[in-house]
Amino acid sequence: MAHLNDAAKAKITEICERYTDEKTPLMMILSDIQREYGYIPLEVQELVSEKTGIPVAEIYGVVTFYSFFSLKPKGKYIIGCCLGTACYVKGAQAIIDRFSELLSIRPGETTEDGLFTLDALRCLGACGIAPAVSINGKVHPKVTPDQVQEIIKKLREEAAN
Amino acid sequence: MEMVNIKIEGIPYQVEAGLTILEAAKKCGYNIPSLCAFNHGECNQGSCRVCLVEATGARGLVASCVYPVNEGMEITISSPKAVAARRSSVELILSNHNRNCQECDKNEYCELLDVARRVGAREDMFPGEKTPTTYDELTPTIVRDTSKCILCGRCVERCKNAHGIGILGFENRGFNAIVGPAENRSFINSPCIMCGQCINVCPTGALMEKSEIMKVDEAMAQGKYVVVQTAPAVRAALGESFGMPVGTPVTGKMVAALRRLGFKKVFDTDFAADLTIMEEGTELLNRIKNGGVLPMITSCSPGWVNYAEYYYGDQLDHLSSCKSPHEMFGAILKTYYAEKHGIDPKDMFVVSVMPCSCKKFEKVRPQLSADVNGMADVDAVITTRELARMIKRSGINFTRLPDEDYDRDIVHDATGAGHIFGVTGGVMEAAIRTVYYVLEGKELEGINYMPARGLEGIKEGEVTLQGKTIKIAVASGMKNAKVLLDQIREGKSPYTFIEIMGCPGGCINGGGQPYVRDTFMPNEDIDIYDKYLQLRSKALYSEDERAVHRQSHNNPDIQTLYKEYLGEPNSHKAHELLHTTYKERVRFD
Repeated sequence: MAHLNDAAKAKITEICERYTDEKTPLMMILSDIQREYGYIPLEVQELVSEKTGIPVAEIYGVVTFYSFFSLKPKGKYIIGCCLGTACYVKGAQAIIDRFSELLSIRPGETTEDGLFTLDALRCLGACGIAPAVSINGKVHPKVTPDQVQEIIKKLREEAAN
Repeated sequence: MEMVNIKIEGIPYQVEAGLTILEAAKKCGYNIPSLCAFNHGECNQGSCRVCLVEATGARGLVASCVYPVNEGMEITISSPKAVAARRSSVELILSNHNRNCQECDKNEYCELLDVARRVGAREDMFPGEKTPTTYDELTPTIVRDTSKCILCGRCVERCKNAHGIGILGFENRGFNAIVGPAENRSFINSPCIMCGQCINVCPTGALMEKSEIMKVDEAMAQGKYVVVQTAPAVRAALGESFGMPVGTPVTGKMVAALRRLGFKKVFDTDFAADLTIMEEGTELLNRIKNGGVLPMITSCSPGWVNYAEYYYGDQLDHLSSCKSPHEMFGAILKTYYAEKHGIDPKDMFVVSVMPCSCKKFEKVRPQLSADVNGMADVDAVITTRELARMIKRSGINFTRLPDEDYDRDIVHDATGAGHIFGVTGGVMEAAIRTVYYVLEGKELEGINYMPARGLEGIKEGEVTLQGKTIKIAVASGMKNAKVLLDQIREGKSPYTFIEIMGCPGGCINGGGQPYVRDTFMPNEDIDIYDKYLQLRSKALYSEDERAVHRQSHNNPDIQTLYKEYLGEPNSHKAHELLHTTYKERVRFD
């Protein structure tokens, strides 16, 4: 745990203590940490293990099972392309491929400048507006491959300001 | 006891309420093919889907290992639907399995192979892509080969249940799911204590000990002076590998077999167990007398020592500085014994037959790998299972061997106190027999010290020495040890002396012992695992009862060793050869 600074240790300890009354607190703890820091590296999992008594391997298993959790820092903008059934038949594959091409990353990866993370999502529950793309939680309806370049451009401008 | 009425294949039975269908069926004489279930519910994930049956009141087929029986339930095992479903489950597992069974060291005890045979699995039913695999052989102890893993979760449960540390877990999802230490690391880079319990429960060859048979072969081929020593628990279980009844002590046949395998000398580690008691007992007495760190904790179990170094690095001064018996023996063989017989210790190759997979790691600990004039105490460690393999490949008919005695040499004698080292509480009992004698000037009445006996996870006792009553405790399995260690950390430990063994039940249940295979014994009761441990421990206590000498200090060869070579227990020379040090370790390096 050598890499965690005192502030981070204190914060994670505080998060763990929020759920001491819960029978199965792990998901809540990990969700809070993911939201707070954007990722959950092994050092953090070790600390959570120490605080909760849950084995590190089990925590690691949960982190790698749910796509919401990440082991590495995510980008400023998390682009989630829905590949659920409805979006898929409406051509979602072409959209994620376009993002992938323009950002030069594969789904699950983050651009080197730390701006963008591209994720493949299973179903956003927004099938009526398929194909849907979620950017930092905001859902964009009926996206076409042609709009992808414009979306990226706008986000870059936003980040620059 | 509440009973429920069920029917299996239309025939009525009464069984205890609360049993799973699998357990109930077994009691009624039906051995449903199953794979992931073991040790009456220790692993209750229902993950392999092999044990599917039809049961009224359930939708579709149910996994009998997790589905409980209830009143009026009608169970069908033999219907074409259930038969086909079980076969498909096995075929699906096989489709992602590395099927090199002929070369796999576990083939004789592979439960996947056994169940495939029983359900009539057909060849290559689901050809296609396989999950990317990991092969980890970086530790001296455990080899993990995920190409053979069936994701049953037994190892995950055992690691958690025995030790509470849970090194192994499921990771990733779906097709990419594997079982391994966090980050799919090697065991060597994770705080695994290398006890080998995961090897014992793994139904396939996914977790295996790292064999050192080739090392022994090489040493013999090079013409080295190859000697062997056998730990106490080996004799209590080796016979199982040759179909002998569980709990048969096979000391004589084992010695005969080792001689036929070409070992120059065959020694009993129990001699060194007696030596350990002399050193450890004296250390304890000195700590009590001089206000040293108490409670003192035994240090024979390398799994426990690993645990202490990883998880209680701040409490290491509680550990006895004594090496474990086989390491002590190695040191004595390469000095005292070699000098007496004019053998160059560099030509000597000491092999330890151990019930333990962690001893493979212990012998290469930095503190032990070059500590006798630049030499390691022990050169190779083979497990009870590996010894059985060596005997089998040499065509020796084990059950027809005569009973032979260990080599009558200057390190021959072993006492009953040494024999019981192999079971939880044994070291404690042996130590009390000797410490009592030293302080009271007479032998402990009745010899036996009963509070230390039994297979419970934590045992407590008292003993009165020179009018003062001291408390002792015995724990096996790190989950139990943790309770005692937390007391120590908080400064609340009421004990003076504690014995800790890594594996639950002690060495009789070591990570190198013959596999206990429930599924191979349809006629056994469901408590087969506990029964094995009881029978094995009984074998050791019976050896103790039979022994000529039953207290370590009465071992004539030990007395001579001190007189002629070491001086007295804890002497400078003894410290040089028989004691060691420990170091705190980082968990995820």
